[in-house]
Amino acid sequence: MPKICLYFQVHQPFRVKQYSHFRIGQDHDYFSTEAQGNLNNAEIFRKVARKCYLPANRVMAELLERHPEFRISYSFTGTFLEQAAAYAPEVLASFKALVKTGRAEVLGETYHHSLAFLFSRDEFRRQVALHRDAVRRHFGVRPKVFRNTELIYSNAVAQEAEALGFKGIIAEGADRVLGWRSPNFVYRPAGTRRISLLLKNYRLSDDIAFRFSSRAWNDWPLTADKFASWVNAVDSHSVSVNLFMDYETFGEHQWEDTGIFEFLRHLPDQILRHPGNSFATPSELVAAHQPLAEMDVPDYVSWADIERDLSAWKGNPLQDDALAAAYALEQPVKASGRATLIDDWGKLLTSDHFYYMCTKWFADGDVHAYFNPYESPYEAYVSYMNALADMRARLAMEGGETYA
Amino acid sequence: MRVLMFGWEFPPHNSGGLGVACKGIVTGLAQEGVDVIFVLPQLMDTGDALKDVRFADPHTPLTGDAASLYNPYLSPIRWRAVRLRGGKQRGFPSIPGTSLIDRVVWYALRAAEIAKDDDFDVIHAHDWLTYPAGLAAKEVSGKPLVVHVHATEFDRTGNGQPNREVYEIEKAGMYAADQVICVSEFTRQSVISHYGVDPAKVTVVHNAGEPPLDAAEAPFCIAELKAAEKKIVLFVGRLTLQKGPDWFVKVARRIANERPDTHFVVAGSGDMEGQMRREVREAGLDGKFAFAGFLRDGQLAAAYRLADVYLMPSVSEPFGLTALEAMSHGLPSVVSRQSGVAEVIRHCFKADFWDVDATASKILAVLNYPALKETLRQEGRRDAQRSGWRDTGRKLRNLYDSVVSRTGGK
Repeated sequence: MPKICLYFQVHQPFRVKQYSHFRIGQDHDYFSTEAQGNLNNAEIFRKVARKCYLPANRVMAELLERHPEFRISYSFTGTFLEQAAAYAPEVLASFKALVKTGRAEVLGETYHHSLAFLFSRDEFRRQVALHRDAVRRHFGVRPKVFRNTELIYSNAVAQEAEALGFKGIIAEGADRVLGWRSPNFVYRPAGTRRISLLLKNYRLSDDIAFRFSSRAWNDWPLTADKFASWVNAVDSHSVSVNLFMDYETFGEHQWEDTGIFEFLRHLPDQILRHPGNSFATPSELVAAHQPLAEMDVPDYVSWADIERDLSAWKGNPLQDDALAAAYALEQPVKASGRATLIDDWGKLLTSDHFYYMCTKWFADGDVHAYFNPYESPYEAYVSYMNALADMRARLAMEGGETYA
Repeated sequence: MRVLMFGWEFPPHNSGGLGVACKGIVTGLAQEGVDVIFVLPQLMDTGDALKDVRFADPHTPLTGDAASLYNPYLSPIRWRAVRLRGGKQRGFPSIPGTSLIDRVVWYALRAAEIAKDDDFDVIHAHDWLTYPAGLAAKEVSGKPLVVHVHATEFDRTGNGQPNREVYEIEKAGMYAADQVICVSEFTRQSVISHYGVDPAKVTVVHNAGEPPLDAAEAPFCIAELKAAEKKIVLFVGRLTLQKGPDWFVKVARRIANERPDTHFVVAGSGDMEGQMRREVREAGLDGKFAFAGFLRDGQLAAAYRLADVYLMPSVSEPFGLTALEAMSHGLPSVVSRQSGVAEVIRHCFKADFWDVDATASKILAVLNYPALKETLRQEGRRDAQRSGWRDTGRKLRNLYDSVVSRTGGK
């Protein structure tokens, strides 16, 4: 019988505040604001902590306590960990307690949840190492399985992850990747020898992440036993059913009053009721199962939007301009050797900034509108570009900065 | 469906958005198969947009400067001056009466006669100048009345001191109407809160955009600036409190320091022109401002095409058709949040008219970042033409249907 593999993405970006032209050269703090609202990172973090992280962690702790077979895995971005430490230390403590059970795996990724793989291999490696250090510092573990930002994946990403020592990698089980094949097996990325590929079962994952509260959906309301029956219906020769989603699904994307926490609370019971069912972490799957076949993914896929490509972050002139301007600063920022500059620059590389500049609102606009804290992609672009202009001014300043 | 519609001005004899909107509405209704009898106060050239047009005074052709003569948006001070000058106004020589209000009343008397002679299902009156005409037509025919609010006295006075008589006429029209149509939610809220109209009978029907016009030869001042590769921030509208020309100068001041190559072109005229020129002089911006006067059609299209940013800093703008015009010509736009058009467009910047720094920052961004300008140009063009007058016409037709069935045609 297939094992259930749960992986949750835990991420918060440092949103750039409303940074007007007149701040350039005057204000070097791009990320904190006294103004209330969608760009106040501290306020947002505490809200999400209250609605999602803390209650979801309580449920996870209960489930791990009650079911010795239960397994989960998380990927925490560095920008999340920094904000948790600064704004809600109790959130960090509760995640640490979960990891301490030994049954919650921590995955590896880029520290800044960036698109660095697409633009600079050096920066990508720097961020993966930075993230590895942060995970070791906070949780005392070393990630063995890699997930790239927004599950952006291709053969090249797998080859790089293998070179960096990862045993497994995670990707979207998109139709155009899989063709007739099933996402419920372990694969070997083309051009690699040791690393294993786990693919998201997007139908079952999205039933929870996106459709759970949709009353227009035939299967609404989704109950734990109904969902378990779908899992049980999966071909019994399968290795795993990989349910990958944002952790904010619980309480933030699907609000508490949709019953999402009750669903989560009963899910393991219902799954385990069926004889032979069990849970596994990504590392356990990779260790226990040889790849079934090679998987050749020459072009990038991701888990975003209906296109499941890169068009949420790059491709429109605003995004491309901002990305080019940001990565053009790599050499001067690093050469400056100034820690605050390097740190601020890294925070400006987070993929969310470019997502907010996306203009393809009319097709699957609702998702973008929901996740966009700015009034428009234009506002997102302007604050971002002005912050970069300030960064260039700082670089141009002679003799370094006194506050560094 | 046959509509008896009362207007006050019509392109090319229009002073602003009211005439443009009336033309758009009539065109949209025609596409939806609705017959319109369009009534105007005085004989004037209306192009070929109207199939069935009547003039309250069919004998005296309109002469002189239509823009200033028919201006329904006189500021309170100008308006009082017009009253005092009495019958010496050009344009309405055959019409008895001495004031704008007298003309409005005279128009209503004629409206009753026109309504008696014709057959129609519903009456539709545009703005306060025609409400008494609509009321009179309703009284003699018993047909339902729809009043269309393109602006209120509170907009025209920048939420300052509304003229009592105008306010009372507006209120009487709205109360007696079977249906009140507002050009935006922004206006609807004002109608509900300032006039106390029952929210249930107040509906929003937004104005629409039009395809861009071919550009004629650009006004000299603009051509000259472009030849010198200057950046142009454009103002289009009457120079009156409502439109925020004073805020335009404040924003210009903030921009001039940052981008000295930026110039400011003002297209429009009005009672605040003197004040505006004085403020420009005091700000030391004489060399940076050009007053192009009232532009229309091809010349305005040229201005839209050659400028770099359009700023609409209105203090209280019921709709703001010029923003749609600017955008449909590919001009990146910054529009006041205190406007109706902000409800229907997304691919532009929005700012509070009083937030000078935020407004200036957005304009500077368009000037500084070519990718931004290009994206706003392309997306804005699409956005502004997303809905056309036919959509407006369809909504109106549906409203007529429901009003007629609700009132039993009475």
